[in-house]
Amino acid sequence: MTDIVNNPGTDPAAALPETRSRSLFQLAALRFRRNKAAMAGCVVMLLIALFSFLGPLFVPHRYDQVYSSYVTVPPSLQPRPDEASLEDAMRGVATRARVNLDEFNVEGQTFKATISAAEPIDARATRYFDRANEFDDTKVVATENDGRLLKVEGSVSREYFFFGTDPNGRDMLARVMLGGQISIAVGLLASLVSLGIGVVYGATSGYLGGRVDNVMMRFVEILYSLPFVFLVVVLVVFFGRSFILIFLVIGAVEWLDMARIVRGQTLALKRREFVGAAQALGLTDWQIIRRHIIPNTIGPVIVFVTVLVPKVILLESFLSFLGLGVQAPLTSWGALISEGANNIQSAPWLLIFPSIFFVATLFSLNFIGDGLRDALDPKDR
Amino acid sequence: MLAFVLRRLASAIPTLFIVVTISFFLMRFAPGGPFNLERPLPPATMENIMRTYQLDQPLWRQYVTYISNAVQGDFGPSYIYKDNSVAELIGKGLPYSIELGFYALLLALVGGVALGTAAALRQNSTLDFAIMSLATVGTTVPNFVVGPVLTLVFAILLSLLPAGGWGDGSLSYLLLPMIALALPQLAVFARLTRGSMIEALHADHIRTARAYGLPARIVVITHAMRGAMLPVVSYLAPCAAALMTGSAVVETIFTIPGVGRYFVLGALNRDYTLVMGTVVLIAIFVIVFNLLVDLLYGLLDPRVRHD
Repeated sequence: MTDIVNNPGTDPAAALPETRSRSLFQLAALRFRRNKAAMAGCVVMLLIALFSFLGPLFVPHRYDQVYSSYVTVPPSLQPRPDEASLEDAMRGVATRARVNLDEFNVEGQTFKATISAAEPIDARATRYFDRANEFDDTKVVATENDGRLLKVEGSVSREYFFFGTDPNGRDMLARVMLGGQISIAVGLLASLVSLGIGVVYGATSGYLGGRVDNVMMRFVEILYSLPFVFLVVVLVVFFGRSFILIFLVIGAVEWLDMARIVRGQTLALKRREFVGAAQALGLTDWQIIRRHIIPNTIGPVIVFVTVLVPKVILLESFLSFLGLGVQAPLTSWGALISEGANNIQSAPWLLIFPSIFFVATLFSLNFIGDGLRDALDPKDR
Repeated sequence: MLAFVLRRLASAIPTLFIVVTISFFLMRFAPGGPFNLERPLPPATMENIMRTYQLDQPLWRQYVTYISNAVQGDFGPSYIYKDNSVAELIGKGLPYSIELGFYALLLALVGGVALGTAAALRQNSTLDFAIMSLATVGTTVPNFVVGPVLTLVFAILLSLLPAGGWGDGSLSYLLLPMIALALPQLAVFARLTRGSMIEALHADHIRTARAYGLPARIVVITHAMRGAMLPVVSYLAPCAAALMTGSAVVETIFTIPGVGRYFVLGALNRDYTLVMGTVVLIAIFVIVFNLLVDLLYGLLDPRVRHD
């Protein structure tokens, strides 16, 4: 104390260690980053989103491409068909071409074979190879023994099905990626729709107050007692089953909680000084709601959205289970899971792969939501 | 108290009325009708059917007829399940759904509160983490995954329990659907209990009770539990209503003859009266359970007064 008084020339702030004041948002971000579960959730969510949206660029199969020779094949890291069955196929070809198969091996997408016969072999015999489904572009690379022994080379079409295929012979990997795109998109878009409706409705109701508030909240209560699954089912049956309408419909029934939360926030906010100041400056109600009320409700709203997204994804999967989701050949995780549940005994991979991604997504979204809630909670510092 | 109950019941009537009105018109504006088959019926037959079910009348007339019949407890005939009135169908299915739903609710409530309390008492321990992970799994794994997996493991691989059906209604038939139904709710109860229990254990009166040297068990069960139960109780109403009016998914997977399936089947087949019947049923359950829960509040928290 005395030091400071005795040295009026020095800046007292310079003596203190440098501190910068942090905004509420920075504090929240800091606390969020310290939450390991939430950060892990973010990473997993990011990976799943990359997998679903960029993955199809790296998978040669389209989601609706049917491989009729690979129906319900189990997942495997080896390409199909495997070497043994290729060799069988090659033996069949050799028999048809009336030649002997001396040597056969497959390397990646090409095969090499040595064939021989008692008489010189006509080079056109390679056509027999091309005729088989498995082999293509067969060429003679070397002729030995006066044409009695030919070395041929060609390409062989081998497919990788890391996640197996479904009963229609479609690649599950491509389908899980597509399902992810649709489920994530429905989750986000429906949440945005309900965010839009709920925030505007709640803020208006809370800010205007009085009789308007009473009527508006009464309406929400009535909608609450309406079984919402019924609403979704009827609306989906009514509007048809296109992707856009599904998220609009889900969004249109999921805004109730959002409206309540925002209304509660607004009731507290509208007694604050800055709102009074805005009123004194002569802003209209709508301007105040838009510029002063809505931006200040953002914390709880963000938290609620992270809770809402998994809820919407679940609801969409429930619709798909009832056969009301997006229609084939499009698919979503919910539709894939319900297909898998029907084939659980014969082809468990149909259930396992979409379930893993689905559950991992919901898990990480839940952790992110919890993390955000803790981070934005002003009570707990 | 009685006045409160009566007032609440009276205020439920307009709610119910609006619910019925919204669903009635929403459904009628949907394209298609209950008798639009893939192969169209001859016009004369169609006309007769429409007349029998009074579907040829103007919409407002049908609405008035429906409301006046419904007030007298007549919810009309089902269009799809011929020879059955909606009241009969619901009367037949409801006991199954209620019984199953009640056991599932009991399991979810007892299990959820017990797990939540255990987690709260050992906050941030391994046990807490394990229980909360389990709760997250419960809320994230949809019951149409849980159902088939349970059937596969317990009915097909281990052959311990029947795979579906009601059978004689014994526990062995009820166990699997009960678990599938209860799991998501159990998870919610566990989360709610943990949160409010942690708060309750930090309250002043708990510190006082501890300071008086009361055994930990009594402090937790009689003193902390009572305050911690409020959020649990408020979730009880929607949960009980949802469980006891049947779940379309669980009833389909385990082939249980409850009312949950009617709703979806009715909507898909445009069985107007059946859908309306289930909507009214669900709305009544929600209203009644909300009322019961409000009364329960008064018992748990003396600050809540109903007058």
